[in-house]
Formats: sequence, C-alpha cells, structure tokens
Amino acid sequence: MRRLLPLFGLLVLAVGSAAAAAQVTEDTVHDVAAQLRCVVCQSLSVADSPSETAHQMKAIIRERLAGGESPEQVKAYFVEKYGPWILLSPPRRGFDLLVWVVPFAGLGAGLVLVLVLVRRWSRRPAVPDAAPLSADMRARIQREMAERES
Amino acid sequence: MSASRLLRWTIPLAAVPLLALLAYGFRTDPRDIPSPLVGKPASAFSLTAFDGQPVSLDALKGRVVVVNFWSSWCYPACYEEAPSLERAWKAYRDRGVMVVGVNFQDQEEPARRFLTQFGHTFPNAPDPSGRVSVDYGVYGVPETYFIDRKGRVRFKQVGPVTDQLLEQQIETLLAEAA
Repeated sequence: MRRLLPLFGLLVLAVGSAAAAAQVTEDTVHDVAAQLRCVVCQSLSVADSPSETAHQMKAIIRERLAGGESPEQVKAYFVEKYGPWILLSPPRRGFDLLVWVVPFAGLGAGLVLVLVLVRRWSRRPAVPDAAPLSADMRARIQREMAERES
Repeated sequence: MSASRLLRWTIPLAAVPLLALLAYGFRTDPRDIPSPLVGKPASAFSLTAFDGQPVSLDALKGRVVVVNFWSSWCYPACYEEAPSLERAWKAYRDRGVMVVGVNFQDQEEPARRFLTQFGHTFPNAPDPSGRVSVDYGVYGVPETYFIDRKGRVRFKQVGPVTDQLLEQQIETLLAEAA
C-alpha cells in the first residue's frame, strides 16, 4: 500500500489537471473569441466568423486556456502579435481613450448648452413693467371700487 | 452675449473637432496596420515542407531569413511576387540568406500546383493549424517578414514583394554584423 501511495498521488494530479483542462468551456472560448477581431474579415469577431482562420484562432484560444492561461493572457497574446487592432473594443488608455470619452463629453457639453439656452430663453420674455398709473386713473379706480362696495 | 449669438458661434465651433477627426480618419488607410512585431524576436516555428523536409527557424540562427506567407488562391498578388522570391533565393542563397515559404489557408493540391508552376526551389511548408500565421500576426496574403541574423523581425511587407524591395531589405540585413 505504501508503495502505491506515490502512484495514487500521480493519479490525483493527472485527474486534477484533466479537470482543469475540462474547465475550459465553450462559453469561455466564445467569450474570448467575441472580443477578438477575425483577422481576415471585415468587422467580425472570431466568435461570429465562419471562416477557416476564425476556426483556427478559436482552436488556439481553446488550447491556450486549456494550458492554464487566463482569458486576459490569451487576449494579450493576440495583442502582442497583431497590436491592439485585434481587440474589438479599443483599450481604455492612451489615444484610444478618446473613443470612450468623447461621446460622453459631447453629450455632457450638449446638455450644458441646452440648459444654458433654455434658461436664457425662459428669462428673456419677462413681463415688461406696467406703466405707472396716472393720478386720474388711480382716482377713477378708487371711485369705482367705492361704488361697487356701497 | 445673446442666445442667438452664442448659437451662431457654437455650431461652427462644434463642427471643427468633427471635421478634424474626419480629416484624420479619411487620410489613414484602415488596412495599413503597423505590425507590433517589427524589432521583436521572430517566433520560432517547426514545419514540414511539401517535400517532407523539416523547416525550422531555430536551424537558421545567424542567417538572414525571408519568410513569405502565400496561398494559391491569392491571385494576382501572390502570383506576381512568386518569380521575385525565387530570383532572390537564387541570388542570395550563396551568401547565407534563407527564403522560406509558408502556405496560408490553402489546400494541398492547388498549393503544390502553384509551387510547380513557379518552379520554387526554396522550402515551402503548409501551416495546417494556422499557429505560425497567428504567431507572425498574418492577416492576409501575401505578407513577407525579413528576419535579421539575430533572429529579430526587422521589416514586414504587406502585399507583394518586388525584386527591388527584396534586394534592398536583404542587402541591409546582410550588411549588418552577426
């Protein structure tokens, strides 16, 4: 039995690594593939393309994940070979950050502009001051009020 | 400043960055993607050529290597450059230059016909799993990589190579010390 123990240990290790490889689900492969650009296509992800190249790229993704790499490491491998162009969403840093910031900045600036203009427009047609009452008119109003009350 | 004057200025001003962006965008070629591999060590590969001989980059250490990715379906570009590659191989093989052809996304029969048609005598190997192509960041054919004696990628040509380009790149790399 004692002699069998190391063998048993090896078996456990083998099963363990097989389980780790089996943990690479198609979901994970698809998730990584969906973030990578199919290199021979026009604006298609590796996950969406039926091309032979995309199939091979998926096989590479699956193999690397099964080899113990994280999805981030697999993406980093493709970026190392193809540059950030391979990522369907540009990285949120450097020049590419503009793509993420400009639309929101534009929206914010537009909102501010609209607010400013609306406030200006709503303030402008303020009721012009009523002309001061003439002494005659004041006397007449007082007289008619008094008539009504009596 | 009244609201109408504010409006009169903000609309043209808002158009300026947009126009600048468009001017930049339309001047760049979306297909012209700089390879991040230039200046980096070339990925090692081990393939089996169509003639059954092994082709590996490790075996070519210390030599100037030209790696050309091609396909038989890549017409006309691959057909245009094929004679130039064979000429460069014949002209420079005695000076230690190696030309290697990697067959990209192809079928064996038409690929062999292509090699016979151009009488290629330098090693050509299929890349059935596509791993070498991805390692070199290939996104179309033809693409050609020039590797210096230290094993670094020094230049990537997207599209067909010409006699002139091959000569210029190979001479540059040959002139460098090992």
